[in-house]
Amino acid sequence: MQADALFFWIFAPVLVVSAFAVIVARNPVHSVLFLILSFVCAAGLFLLMGAEFLAMILIIVYVGAVAVLFLFVVMLLDVDFARLRQGFVEYLPQGLLIALVVAIELIYVVSGLGPSSRAATAATPAGTLSNTAALGEVLYTRYFYFFQASGMILLTAMIGAIVLTLHHKPGVKRQDVAAQVGRTPETAIEVRKVPSRAGI
Amino acid sequence: MGIGLSNYLTLAAMVFTIGIAGIILNHKNIIIILMSVELILLSVNINLIAFSTYSGDLTGQAFSLFILTVAAAESAIGLAILVAYYRNRGSIAVEDINSLKG
Repeated sequence: MQADALFFWIFAPVLVVSAFAVIVARNPVHSVLFLILSFVCAAGLFLLMGAEFLAMILIIVYVGAVAVLFLFVVMLLDVDFARLRQGFVEYLPQGLLIALVVAIELIYVVSGLGPSSRAATAATPAGTLSNTAALGEVLYTRYFYFFQASGMILLTAMIGAIVLTLHHKPGVKRQDVAAQVGRTPETAIEVRKVPSRAGI
Repeated sequence: MGIGLSNYLTLAAMVFTIGIAGIILNHKNIIIILMSVELILLSVNINLIAFSTYSGDLTGQAFSLFILTVAAAESAIGLAILVAYYRNRGSIAVEDINSLKG
């Protein structure tokens, strides 16, 4: 399958280069844009491996939501990024050393596997179900509780993010429905005896 | 030359390494640290999907979906904390975040 190899060698170098650009870019906005590029390349690789649903999720959720969230935060916060970059060079030897050790270990493990003789078999039985349908069959039966738990995690994250970032400005008059409904004639009306020709 | 499992695993190892290096090199900029964590999770997903494909089992893809869920929740909460912290302190430098030290 030559098209397979062609697209792998298109996507994989771009993924590595853009991932590298994420960590060395001077401007964080460029970092976010390179992060988006690496997500798109990873989605292409997912497609090559036959995981169509996850490729689409990566594009829609990651590029569409999470990366744009990063972009918003980088642009919202007025931060002196030059100051944050100090120490990049002095930590370069340690960083490269640790990266080298991790890379050597990982590549040693991976190369120990040897060339996989088995060709890429589609994870789904051919011709019966699409990848999305097959994933749903697994997700809604065997991993149903995990699925529910991930829904709860998303709910918690949503509520947490709202609670963390929402703040009421003092001094702004807002409608307070509970206070309005809770008024009774006894609390709202004051009966005063007005003496004649004297005012209150 | 055909593309095998080890190609994908090597690629994921390289992306993982880049993520680790990013955390160490940009240890003062928490936004880049969060992006490096995203890169690490992406490499984990590549691994899971590669194993899922080459062993013909959908479990890897299901767990990759869960990882995507948790990663999205993590970055949303992290960025919300970042915005709240910036509003209170006017800075997000990691070295300034030491009010809790004993």
